[in-house]
Amino acid sequence: MNSAANSNSKSAAPRKKRRRNFVERTLANLIRNLESALFAEDTARKNGLLQRLDPRVKIVGLLALILAVTLARNFFTIIFIFAVALLLAVLSRVPLRTLAARTWLSVLAFTGTIALPVIFITPGDAVFQLPVLHWTITAQGLTSAFYLISRAETTVTLSLLLVLCTLWTDVLKALRVLRVPTVFVVILGMTYRYIFVMLETAQNMFEARQSRIVGALAGGESRKLAAASIGVLLSKSFYLNQEIYLAMQSRGFRGEVYSLDEFSMKRRDWLALIVFLSVALLAFWLGRQDSLAAFLSF
Amino acid sequence: MHIPDGYLSPITCAVLYAASAPFWWFALRRVKRLLNTKLVPLLSVFAAFSFVIMMFNIPLPGGTTGHAVGVGIAAIVLGTWGSMLAISVALLIQALFFGDGGITAFGANCFNMAIVGSLVASAVYRTVANRAAITSTRRVVAAALAGYAAINAAAFCASIEFGIQPLLFQDASGAPLYAPYPLSIAIPAMMIGHITVAGLAELITAGGVVAYLQRSDPSLLRFTAPDAPDENELVEKGGWRSTRPLWIGLAALMILTPLGLLTAGTAWGEWSAEDFADSKTREEIAAASLNQAPPEAPPAGLERLSSVWTAPIPDYAPPFLQSEQFGYIMSAIFGTGLIIAFFLLCGWIARRFSRDNREVSPTVSGNE
Repeated sequence: MNSAANSNSKSAAPRKKRRRNFVERTLANLIRNLESALFAEDTARKNGLLQRLDPRVKIVGLLALILAVTLARNFFTIIFIFAVALLLAVLSRVPLRTLAARTWLSVLAFTGTIALPVIFITPGDAVFQLPVLHWTITAQGLTSAFYLISRAETTVTLSLLLVLCTLWTDVLKALRVLRVPTVFVVILGMTYRYIFVMLETAQNMFEARQSRIVGALAGGESRKLAAASIGVLLSKSFYLNQEIYLAMQSRGFRGEVYSLDEFSMKRRDWLALIVFLSVALLAFWLGRQDSLAAFLSF
Repeated sequence: MHIPDGYLSPITCAVLYAASAPFWWFALRRVKRLLNTKLVPLLSVFAAFSFVIMMFNIPLPGGTTGHAVGVGIAAIVLGTWGSMLAISVALLIQALFFGDGGITAFGANCFNMAIVGSLVASAVYRTVANRAAITSTRRVVAAALAGYAAINAAAFCASIEFGIQPLLFQDASGAPLYAPYPLSIAIPAMMIGHITVAGLAELITAGGVVAYLQRSDPSLLRFTAPDAPDENELVEKGGWRSTRPLWIGLAALMILTPLGLLTAGTAWGEWSAEDFADSKTREEIAAASLNQAPPEAPPAGLERLSSVWTAPIPDYAPPFLQSEQFGYIMSAIFGTGLIIAFFLLCGWIARRFSRDNREVSPTVSGNE
């Protein structure tokens, strides 16, 4: 991968580290997506608490919790649901370190950057002044930044718990409970399948190209290459579509979609549903208590 | 661009879900009627395609890279409604399976990128490309502009959604509960990033892919341009002719610009620092602002910033011209000329970008 770095000696000043060209960066991106999907399938097959529940219960329950987080009007509720999410992750044998490295850190980096200026510009009660710059940090600013970050972290954890603890085929099947039309569910399922075909095609294309690159790619050249790669992928997907259609037709596809409904609610599932909904309801109620915020914030 | 959960209030999310629903319903009906049984595989494959190109790093001038949503190219190949559905499905998979973009914010993301993006991209592409030949350079320019306009329209919608949050939703102490920045910060912050980096990525993707398809697979461009001629020669003759009414209209507007002198008062909000000192202008400002008296001294920031940039043609009339009317017309011609020159430059760059398509096209174009 690094052979391209050494061959470019045109620039006079010695370069510290060559920037990865867009081919490598795209490859890294594609592989990261494949990896996270594989990781999800891996954890979904473990024998944990959430994995054993009916997918419909998980969708309804986790969605109710996500809704409770977005509705909350004080910290305490958000932290409470985050703790619930952590507990669920531990009981479902989701490795927390991977979750932290993959999700929490990247959300913190993104949302944290966005939230940082807020602590200075929100008008309100001053709590601290930066020594040199004389910028004032306000209590309201801190609160607001905390809301944004904690909400983003909690909701992303909850939504990932669903895919980390459920096989994607089951997620799709369970979507019909939420009245998503069957044709959409089938499209979603096929899309998910073909994403991997496409990711692999793109990966092969870029690897083939990367292995032929000597030296740095000029800007115009790389833009042409990017556009051509997308164009090739587009043509390929068009042919793929025709082939899939013929294959579907040859198996008797007439436009109607049927699917087997093999879920059955056990006692455990009903119990879990009740627990989920009561936690969510408790959080709804806690979230509306403005006085709780005043009481708990020193 | 993918709004995560927690940035928008549940009510905003609900409103945007409701706003998206009729578009989805209508798009599904349209596409179903057109494709019948082909709907399922076509949408699936193109949604997968949209998903994958969102992962691509598009190299930008200056050595950086950016991500494109691909709504421009989707709208050109699949048409408005197909693109709406394909991008929505791709966004749903991102939200559900990859934690990219929120689940409660899914309606908002679809509204911005899939719906507004597709509508804007189609409108711009169809207007600019008009009836140009499938392999003409004009289609490349049209596609590039379509992608650029679409992503900026989407970013603008998102920035408004962000900007209204602190106005509407605060906790007991007055701290914003969701996205904390007011419109005055959210709009410039979002737009600067999209007018430059993200917009360019989309521009390069849409324009570049159309240029590539013109020489490798022009049949894919047929769907949104069924009656466009194949050959380039037709374009040389009449490609721009149909824009003639637009040119005439533009000229008429330029000549009519001195009409602005007939209106009373100053444009609201376009006051200069001196206007606050002049008693006559102060009355005008007060009359135009529900009889609110303007502040005694010009705002400090206005005074400071007004010295930063001095326009070459102040108040539309250069000092050496005695006639104000003539000054207005000159300014209009000069300003319009600058804008046209800018777009000609864009066109020239796009032509360079697709130059080698000419060398191949005689054998490829028109066969499919």
